[in-house]
Amino acid sequence: MDEVIPASPVPAQPQAVSAHDDGEALTSLHPNHVSALRVEATLVSIPFIVGALVLEGAALLPPAVIIVPVVLLALAVILRVPLRRHHARGYAMSADRLRVVRGLLFRHDTVVPFGRVQHIDVSQGPIERFFGLATLTLHTAGTHNASVRLPGLGEQLARDMREEIRSHIKRETL
Amino acid sequence: MTGEAPPARAQSTAQRTDPRSFLVRGLTMLGQLAVPIALAMVTIFDDGEFAERLLYFLPLVLAVVGANFAIAYLRWLRLTYTTGAEDIRVESGIVSRAARSVPYERIQDVSLEQKFIPRLLGLVEVKFETGAGGADDLKLAYLSEAQGEALRRLVRARREDEAAQTPGEDAAPSAVADEAGEVLFAMDGRRLLTLGLFEFSLAAVAVLFGATQQFEFLLPFDFWDFDEWRHVLAGPGAWLAGLGFAAQVIGAVIASLSLIALGFATGLVRTLLRDWGFVLEKTARGFRRRRGLFTRTDVVMPVHRVQAVELGTGWLRYRFGWHGLKFVSLAQDAGSLSHVVAPLAQLDEIDPIIRAAGFAPPAADLEWHRASRNYRFDSAALEGGFFALAAIPVAVFAPAPFVLIPLALAGMAIASSLYGWQFHRHALSAKQIFARRGWFSPRTQLASRVKLHSVEIAQGPIAQRRGYATLHLGLAGGALAIPGIPLARARELRGAIIESIAAKDFSQLA
Repeated sequence: MDEVIPASPVPAQPQAVSAHDDGEALTSLHPNHVSALRVEATLVSIPFIVGALVLEGAALLPPAVIIVPVVLLALAVILRVPLRRHHARGYAMSADRLRVVRGLLFRHDTVVPFGRVQHIDVSQGPIERFFGLATLTLHTAGTHNASVRLPGLGEQLARDMREEIRSHIKRETL
Repeated sequence: MTGEAPPARAQSTAQRTDPRSFLVRGLTMLGQLAVPIALAMVTIFDDGEFAERLLYFLPLVLAVVGANFAIAYLRWLRLTYTTGAEDIRVESGIVSRAARSVPYERIQDVSLEQKFIPRLLGLVEVKFETGAGGADDLKLAYLSEAQGEALRRLVRARREDEAAQTPGEDAAPSAVADEAGEVLFAMDGRRLLTLGLFEFSLAAVAVLFGATQQFEFLLPFDFWDFDEWRHVLAGPGAWLAGLGFAAQVIGAVIASLSLIALGFATGLVRTLLRDWGFVLEKTARGFRRRRGLFTRTDVVMPVHRVQAVELGTGWLRYRFGWHGLKFVSLAQDAGSLSHVVAPLAQLDEIDPIIRAAGFAPPAADLEWHRASRNYRFDSAALEGGFFALAAIPVAVFAPAPFVLIPLALAGMAIASSLYGWQFHRHALSAKQIFARRGWFSPRTQLASRVKLHSVEIAQGPIAQRRGYATLHLGLAGGALAIPGIPLARARELRGAIIESIAAKDFSQLA
């Protein structure tokens, strides 16, 4: 599918394709990540269910016309979507780079070389803390992908990864 | 004031900015006050009794002006800067004090800017760019020209001291050699005029069009009253009056022509103000650009700070072979992200500038790749579909012939998308990545492979099914994306780029 524009009398130089780019297996996130996503989805759906109940109470439409679809949708969002999102996410850490894959509809597959990491955050929200999870954020100097987030890691793993990546960031000579 | 320009070595006493900066602030403030005062005059003195009201009004104005001058004076009194051995410190604030210290090695560029009033007084604003981005940068307003220049030389000398400590660096060039540079690009009057004509401002026309409707009461006649125009023309061109309808058409043409002339004039004036005396030099410390008629700016940009170069053009100037060149860097340039280094130049003038920045213009034998054919079809369908959808309400609500407008637009969008596809291309050389888009006014970006920070392959819902992706490259200070390339090619590019990046650590980039 890749089209080359024939303009070159000189043959093109061979491109160095790294072998471990796509055959590479992604590491899944912590299993608790699904539960954390479900709790978040539940919190998001509550206002919609409350709104639907209010509309239902106002009796503008025949009974159950509003509340049933809303509840069904909320159940799908709470039970099914987090599982699929979890499966869509993953990471791969090699000797000099971190690859983060995320997104169901909009897939993002980002590679950050450790040599370009400016600083590293490990953060925990209240839900994450409850499930023993943490988010690892790598900050780069690039305008796009200024910070690459990797949520849903086990807390200890996130800290270990931070130490590992930090050891790769060479100290700037002062 | 602590005397003349500080000596280039070990200056450690706290200094104030030039006392005249207080005068500048006062004058600028008066300028800002002029509009509100004028407005107040119009509203308050609309109905006569001028002297009586002036009695109440004048003390108020004087109090405001006086208070502002007093604050400006206190600010000046309380702002001091110290150039130490390792850093430059600025302490400021009347009530709450703030002290900021910036180490010399973190200062990327020192730029000097002269606005109109400071320029009359021979003062400069010194800006220390640290890459923190516009508002957070350290500024000293205002120093005398000699002091500003001395400070700039001092910062450079200190940086070179540090550079000299690390082995393998070139010997530090002397401060004098520093200033003399080879002129890479300069604009003469003719070139400025050409650029000004291309900068025809449609926005200005729109604003003026709005203004003629909004403020026509200020004009002695009704701008859009064509009978009035006919009347104005009635002197020497009295015969026009007899022509009836034709005269009205002529009136409309004259009204439009005057707006167009104003559009050209706006473009010309703006260009002259901004790019007067444009000179780009290559000095030992990097690129030095000076430009501006009333507000004179003097920016120095180290060569290694250039992250990428961008070659752009306009649809009309492109037909005459004119292009513009910008450098993408971390430092900001008067509100815009990139530094314009050649506003209007032919390609053979631009090539040496690109080479001077350490980049190579696309070679003739470079292997360019196109976007995926699926992407071509999908984007044409999406763009056409948008206008086709818009045709539905038009067909329902507007008179029948109007439906042709969105349909024609849909056709044009599809045709331009299909045709333009072949101009969207990218290429990868041993050191650089090239991305080009657009057939009406092509834009080419050149980025160094090692100066990228991350690589992302992004796919939307359609792209996932159709097997193409957008490659986003993390560029410091700018955006670089290659849309719609086949997934396999995106992966190949990413693999190659990541290999180049990983081979060199960030700290080795500078």
